[in-house]
Amino acid sequence: MSIITNINKAFDHRIRLGIMSILMVNEYADFKTLKELLEVTDGNLASHTKALETAEYITVEKQFIGRKPNTRYATTKLGRAAFKKHIEALEKIINKQ
Amino acid sequence: MEAKDYLKDISEIKNLMNKSSRFISLSGLSGILAGVYALIGAAVAFWLVTNHSYGTLLVDGWVFKTCVLILALVAFFSITTAIFLTTRKAKKNNEKVWDGTSRRLILNFLIPLVTGGIYILIILAQQKYGQAGALMLIFYGLALVNASKYSIGDIRYLGFIEIILGLICALLPGYGFILWVLGFGVLHIIYGTIMYIKYDKK
Repeated sequence: MSIITNINKAFDHRIRLGIMSILMVNEYADFKTLKELLEVTDGNLASHTKALETAEYITVEKQFIGRKPNTRYATTKLGRAAFKKHIEALEKIINKQ
Repeated sequence: MEAKDYLKDISEIKNLMNKSSRFISLSGLSGILAGVYALIGAAVAFWLVTNHSYGTLLVDGWVFKTCVLILALVAFFSITTAIFLTTRKAKKNNEKVWDGTSRRLILNFLIPLVTGGIYILIILAQQKYGQAGALMLIFYGLALVNASKYSIGDIRYLGFIEIILGLICALLPGYGFILWVLGFGVLHIIYGTIMYIKYDKK
C-alpha cells in the first residue's frame, strides 16, 4: 500500500489545510479571524468551511454577540485524528525524498 | 504534488498555528529600556537610602515613600514604553495589536502578576517587609512563564531565571537589593538585547 493513500483529499487545498491548522491550536475561531489569517474572501472561506463541516471534521456554532451574528468553528475528534494522520503522511513523503 | 509542495504545506501549517495562537510582536528594545529604567530607579533609591535614612528605614518616612514612588514610576514607564514599541512593531509586521492573541497574552501574564502584587501589598500592610523583593521576582517570573505559551517561547527562560533569583532572594534577604537590580535591571537588558538581535534586526 502506498503512503500516498494516507494523504487526505479533504486537506489537499491550502485554505482547508489552513482552517484545520488554526483550529488545531485554538479552542475555536470565528469567521472573521479565519478570514483575516487566511486572507480569503467570504464566499471562498464559506465554501471551504462547508466542505470540512460536511466531512464532519469541524463543527459550526452560530450565535449572537449583542445583535451581531457570530459564527465560530471548532474541530471535531474525527477532524483532529484525520489532520494528525495527514501530517504524518506528509512527513513520511518528505522523509522518503 | 511534488515533495516541495508538501514542504511548503508544512511550513504554512506551522506559520498559521503560530500566528493564530501567539502574539509575537513583542519588542526587544522595550525590554532593554525597562532594564535601564529599573537601574536608574534602583540607583536613585540607593542614593536616597544611603544619604538620608541614617541607617534605619522608616515605613512612614519620606525616604520609604519616595522609594515606593520610584518603583511605581519604573513600572509605569516600562509599561508605557512596551505598549508604544510593541504597537509600532505590530504595525510594521502588519499584525493587529489588539486581537485574540494579544488579549490572551496579557490576561495570562496578569493573572500571576496581579495576584503577586496584591499579596505583596497585603504583607506590607502587615509590616512584613523582608520578603517583598523576593516575592516581586518570583511572581514576575511566574507571570513570564505563564505568558510564554502565548508569545515568543524564549520568555519562558527569562521567567525561570527570575524565579530562581527570587528564591535565592528569599533565602538571603540581605542581598535583596542587589538581586532585585540583577533581576529587573541587568536581566532585562541582556534579554532585551538577545531578543532584539534575534527578532528585530531582520
